[in-house]
Amino acid sequence: MFFAYPLAQMFQASFTDFVVDPHGTWDNYTWFLTNSVQRTIVVRTVTVTLVVTALCLVLAYPYAYMMTVVSPRMRLIMVAAIMLPFWTSLLVRLYAWVIILQGNGPLNTTLDRFGFGSVNLLGTVEGVALGSVHVLLPFMVLPLYASLTNIDRRLMDAAISLGARPSVAFARVYLPLSVPGVLAGSTIVFIFMMGFYFTPAFLGSSRNSLISEQIVDQVSQLLAFGRGGAMALLLLLLTLALLGLAAWLSRPVLRALGEGERS
Amino acid sequence: MRGTVRTRRSRSILAVYCILVGLFALLPTLIVVPMSFSSVRSLQFPPPGWSTRWYEEFFTNPEWREAALTSVRVGGVAALLATILGTMAAIALVNSRRRWTVAARTFLVAPMIVPLVVTGVGVYYVFLRWQLTETFVGFVVAHTVLAIPIVVITVGASLQSFDMQLVQASKSLGAGPLATFRTVTLPLILPGVLAGALFAFLISFDEAVVSLFLSGPTMQTLPIKIFQSVTTSLDPTVAAASTVLLGLTTLALLVLGMLTYLRDKAEAHD
Repeated sequence: MFFAYPLAQMFQASFTDFVVDPHGTWDNYTWFLTNSVQRTIVVRTVTVTLVVTALCLVLAYPYAYMMTVVSPRMRLIMVAAIMLPFWTSLLVRLYAWVIILQGNGPLNTTLDRFGFGSVNLLGTVEGVALGSVHVLLPFMVLPLYASLTNIDRRLMDAAISLGARPSVAFARVYLPLSVPGVLAGSTIVFIFMMGFYFTPAFLGSSRNSLISEQIVDQVSQLLAFGRGGAMALLLLLLTLALLGLAAWLSRPVLRALGEGERS
Repeated sequence: MRGTVRTRRSRSILAVYCILVGLFALLPTLIVVPMSFSSVRSLQFPPPGWSTRWYEEFFTNPEWREAALTSVRVGGVAALLATILGTMAAIALVNSRRRWTVAARTFLVAPMIVPLVVTGVGVYYVFLRWQLTETFVGFVVAHTVLAIPIVVITVGASLQSFDMQLVQASKSLGAGPLATFRTVTLPLILPGVLAGALFAFLISFDEAVVSLFLSGPTMQTLPIKIFQSVTTSLDPTVAAASTVLLGLTTLALLVLGMLTYLRDKAEAHD
């Protein structure tokens, strides 16, 4: 109740607040959808989100795979390396990235020493992406591991004994079986990244803000609840649509695995 | 033979890659530790000298202390409420086999799926009218709602391995529902409940997006204080605060690990 009521109120406000006609119109939505600044921000948000999701996947997949083959003790260490940052305050981690990325921070000093010249990542979209990958990595590793650990590795051995090269066996047997995990992890990372506020607020700048920062600005600085609410509702709809899409995409895979009947 | 050599080489490449990924996950956060002992008021790294003045600042400055105390109080009360409500919800979900169980579960877990900014705007809009912004009650209500899902999930997981026939047995021996819960159910799911409470506390303690809307000059939580310090000044008090938080998180994880260990051991004895 405490959760549904505020959301309902906000969506009502998105039609009635901050509009010319007091009886409820689509003003806030037309404002948002026709404003070129807002469109640039949406495109930027989606682009960064896609890149971050892809990078997380590239980093997490081999890691999660490794977790399924190492000894239990080694696995505990690998889990700890992921879980400790996961439960560390987000603000603490972002502050750490501010130190690392700043002009005279360790990243620049190191690059300078090896003669790469200096890069200034603080306040850029690239900086935001780097920090986001770090923050979101656990959300990719954990569902991937949960999925990969259930794959029967004897299927790979069977394929190899039937004459398939290891790389072929991996691509034709293991990879398709890992699709549900990949989809689960990617969906979580994508949804979180779309709604990220503090990461772009810390590591980006006002010139390259993302959609969440726009929502917060509209509401807490301009008190334009109608506009903020309209953007929030669109963000929520997009999130739900993505969740639905991911569930729909993973269904044929699950059915092929013979788990369709259970659900 | 060539095959095994190649597999071995690709294995070691994989191992090196995983070590790099692990370091990427682990190392960046730890930079706040040396930073917090810096002797100068800037983010120069490595620090030119060492001191503990930022810890003194953190523990004596009333603004920092007030923010930290607010966070602990809100987290404590929110965790308590979320644990009670979440445990009740989880038990209700297990006991009811009706059609709307799925709907109820989805509804209970919804705060986890909805982007925090969206929740934040909605809560702010309503709390402004109820005059709950910048109040203790406002923070507690918002954080409780956000923490309930994790309690439902954690307690639900330990209820999975709980034998419902024990409740039947207790009832047939004449114990009332409350007595049954207190003497039979609760002791057995206690590790799950405690883990849920700890998770709930961590979620409240770390929550910043909804808190940002609810915070103001008269009341703010520790994450919001960190946010404002980083955006306005660059002194390493934030690093000291961060190091303290990092230590507390490590401690909480150790306790959590111990609870899981105890639960597994209890299950092994069955």
